[in-house]
Amino acid sequence: MASNPKTSPSAPETIRLQPGKGWAPLDLADLWRFRELAFFLTWRDIKVRYKQTLLGASWAVLQPLLQMLIFNFLFGSLAGLPTDGIPRPIFTFAALLPWNLFSNALNEASRSLVSNRNMITKVYFPKLLIPLSSVMSGIVDFGIAFLILVGMMFVYSVQLTAAIFALPLFLLLALMAALGVGLWLAAWNLHYRDVKYLLPFLSQFWMLASPIAYPLSNIPAQWQTLYALNPMVGVVEGFRWALLGSGAFPTLPVAISLAVSLVFLVSGLFYFRRLERTFADTV
Amino acid sequence: MSQYAIKAEGIGKQFKIGAEVDRSPTLRDALVRAASWPARVLRGEAGGPTEKIWALRDVSFEVKQGEVLGVIGRNGAGKSTLLKILSRVTEPSEGYAEITGRVGSLLEVGTGFHPELTGRENIFLNGAVLGMKRAEIQSKFDEIVEFAGVAKFIDTPVKRYSSGMYLRLAFSVAAHLEPEILVVDEVLAVGDAEFQRKCLGKMGEVAEAGRTVLFVSHNMSAILRLTEKAIVLDKGRMVHAAPTREAVEYYMASGFSQSGERLWSPEDVPAESAPFRPIALRVRDPRGAVIDTVRAIEPLAIEIEYELAAPITGLRLGVYLQTVHGEVVFTSFDTDSPEMFHQHTTRAAGRYISRGVIPAHFLNEGQYLLGFNASTFRVRRYFQDEAALAFTVDAMGAPGMQWTEVRLGPVRPALNWTIEAAA
Repeated sequence: MASNPKTSPSAPETIRLQPGKGWAPLDLADLWRFRELAFFLTWRDIKVRYKQTLLGASWAVLQPLLQMLIFNFLFGSLAGLPTDGIPRPIFTFAALLPWNLFSNALNEASRSLVSNRNMITKVYFPKLLIPLSSVMSGIVDFGIAFLILVGMMFVYSVQLTAAIFALPLFLLLALMAALGVGLWLAAWNLHYRDVKYLLPFLSQFWMLASPIAYPLSNIPAQWQTLYALNPMVGVVEGFRWALLGSGAFPTLPVAISLAVSLVFLVSGLFYFRRLERTFADTV
Repeated sequence: MSQYAIKAEGIGKQFKIGAEVDRSPTLRDALVRAASWPARVLRGEAGGPTEKIWALRDVSFEVKQGEVLGVIGRNGAGKSTLLKILSRVTEPSEGYAEITGRVGSLLEVGTGFHPELTGRENIFLNGAVLGMKRAEIQSKFDEIVEFAGVAKFIDTPVKRYSSGMYLRLAFSVAAHLEPEILVVDEVLAVGDAEFQRKCLGKMGEVAEAGRTVLFVSHNMSAILRLTEKAIVLDKGRMVHAAPTREAVEYYMASGFSQSGERLWSPEDVPAESAPFRPIALRVRDPRGAVIDTVRAIEPLAIEIEYELAAPITGLRLGVYLQTVHGEVVFTSFDTDSPEMFHQHTTRAAGRYISRGVIPAHFLNEGQYLLGFNASTFRVRRYFQDEAALAFTVDAMGAPGMQWTEVRLGPVRPALNWTIEAAA
């Protein structure tokens, strides 16, 4: 057979195409085979994110800064919520950082299948790559905003501790939670565009239900376990702990958040795989 | 290693279509539906009552390694569904297919192209979407750019490209894909004549390089040129499989109504055509008879009968005439003339016949395909069938019949020749 040695290093395998039923395995090997596509899709999402905007990537800085100012005014000057003794700007900003990462990732992931429906109906690839790359592309924005935070920490002369090394773990936790919920919503969004209308409310409600404008200590102790079912509670508290060294390690919220995120992620992955075979027929 | 690149065994695909008419549900039905609602939401089936149709049924065939197979059939025959199954875009509902080798599918060109990205960036993105490795794209990059002829604009966002440039770049990426099995839909139906020639040339190269190709086209001359064997699909079923020449003949002879008339029953018409509904397409001789063989020396009338369930503004009905080799002879619309255009700005609901007359001494002898389309310019296409009806033109009595040679070209006009002595 006159095949190109570069493209077929070994004898081609035979794949069998047949009706699938019920739950499908995750097929991580297939995901790995398409890793370069995952890279290109993420790269595309990053590249086109601020195309045709006047201010370009400055939005990644402006957005959290403006949010922080509004929060300070509303929850500080007006409502006078406590901040556990941390300067309010940095208290809020350190929470907005993971929140924005999470909420952007969730939004992008939920819409991703619908906005890439053309690809879904024309070519084969593991569809998981689409929400995955939407989630990953938000990391650049996070990185830019993070530099601002570093500057603020310098201005407010916040002492760094060894806890900062735990930061990537909380970052990962935020991405896991966003992908987990995003997978459910992305698959639903293909069938029911209601998701588009649900998302803004969900984001808003979720933000208020996370300790961004107020500290976790503001929640009555007997409710904290229930409260921590929101995976962003562990993430936000973890961020504050890692960056600002505020109080003890929030063991309980982080443990609960991790468990809840894992449940969302694993169930989301399997649910997504189960519906994946009908994607091309539904869009 | 299997000797077959593709082996399909009883493949079928069922689609759900949203039913337009709701049967009046009983209370019991409603209760059952309500109780099972959460489960149906999770399965993505809660969008009202659905009806199922088979787009493809019981299709079996084999393609050997290195063989080039043509797939022919009318619109809605299931060709695209078959290609989608074989390229793993969608799963079959029954039966199975075994594929041996890396499949590259070209169900359209430019999948994944992003208008904001430059030509260079899109080459990499599109290449990755088609399954190429980054190193592979890198090594073929210059070739791709050269074949597309867009070197000067390679760092310009493709949204600034002309549609021709865009297509050339998109096809060029696809053409440099080197899969063991290539599955191609009618990507050649786009672009200008020169570009189509270039594409066909490239397809020929691919076929000669010994790769397995599955090729779907309306263009019979392309099918004849590129494929050795062909299967004919009709209404989702495989009705014929034979060497290409024989399959094309079968398709031409039986695939179409040869009665000079094509009728559409309401269930043949896709729901998205509403409020337009085609009823019939006919060819009539000057005496009004519906005929399948017309004489070149006589005018012939083309008649489209249709019904509008609601008024449509800006509607135009057009006919396409093409030779059986897929060359387009002409396109003409019922509101081409300014008077007709202003007189029929809005067509009220009701039944209509649009009739156009092809003058005598116009067509050459041979077989022609008549297609038609109902659309509003740049707004919506209600219905289209590029090859709805075939008819034959008999040249008896036409100019030049004293010589028995075959005349080239789809038209055979009676030119007003004079011969005079030059001074």
